[in-house]
Amino acid sequence: MATKNRPLSPHLQVWRWGPAMLVSILHRVTGDGMALVGLGVLIYWLASLAGGPAAYEAFSAHADAWYGKVVLVGLTWAFFNHMASGVRHFVLDIGAGFELKSNAAWSVFTPLFALAATVVTWAAILLK
Amino acid sequence: MGNGTSIGRVRGHGSAHSGTHHWLVQRYTAIANLFLGLWLVFGLVTMPNYEYGTLMTWATGPFNAVLLALFVVSTFWHARLGLQVVVEDYVHDHANKFAAMAALNLAAFGGAGASLFFIARMVMLAAGQESAAAALQSAMGGR
Repeated sequence: MATKNRPLSPHLQVWRWGPAMLVSILHRVTGDGMALVGLGVLIYWLASLAGGPAAYEAFSAHADAWYGKVVLVGLTWAFFNHMASGVRHFVLDIGAGFELKSNAAWSVFTPLFALAATVVTWAAILLK
Repeated sequence: MGNGTSIGRVRGHGSAHSGTHHWLVQRYTAIANLFLGLWLVFGLVTMPNYEYGTLMTWATGPFNAVLLALFVVSTFWHARLGLQVVVEDYVHDHANKFAAMAALNLAAFGGAGASLFFIARMVMLAAGQESAAAALQSAMGGR
């Protein structure tokens, strides 16, 4: 290919990290994570419910195991993080929130909200 | 800004010769995901337990079954649009890009189709159990 060894534009290693950059990257990471892992879990969950009690038992065993919990907690965090940064995108889409200070403040807020929402959700599930 | 003809701007067409359709549908499905995702999380969190019967009763009611189906359509659609942008960003070779997009479309439509089939099967399973229970009850003297 003729494009080998062409100069590349500055990338993650070059730019100074800022909150907006982190939120942008997390938005893509959590979106891709939910698309690739989350939808797989959704299909498996629905398939096991459609397959009857024995199939659901098998799903349940995986979901209850430590690795299942890691995946489910991870997906919960990804959902809330993607939701928060997605709502931030809606605000930016209407042309608001581009001032340096408010942009940084809302950027810092989104991952903090996601962590808090994940903790509250799993506390509600596990303390039942 | 300021490029293109007036009608082109109205239609959202820029130098890419395609409109804002992808961008808009990403937002439409995002709005649906926002509400349906919160509904699903709320439903799962407030569920008394995660036994098979509890989940089936919850998921196969007409209201929840329809929302579950809409959730499947909306999330798979949104994921297909999102992963398309990743392919466009990182797969530059034309043949590889075509192959990646073909695989993505097959996975998204296949996954959504299968999920909708599973939901339909869950509803039929629950309805079958109801009618079987009713038949058993009438056979035992209608109590």
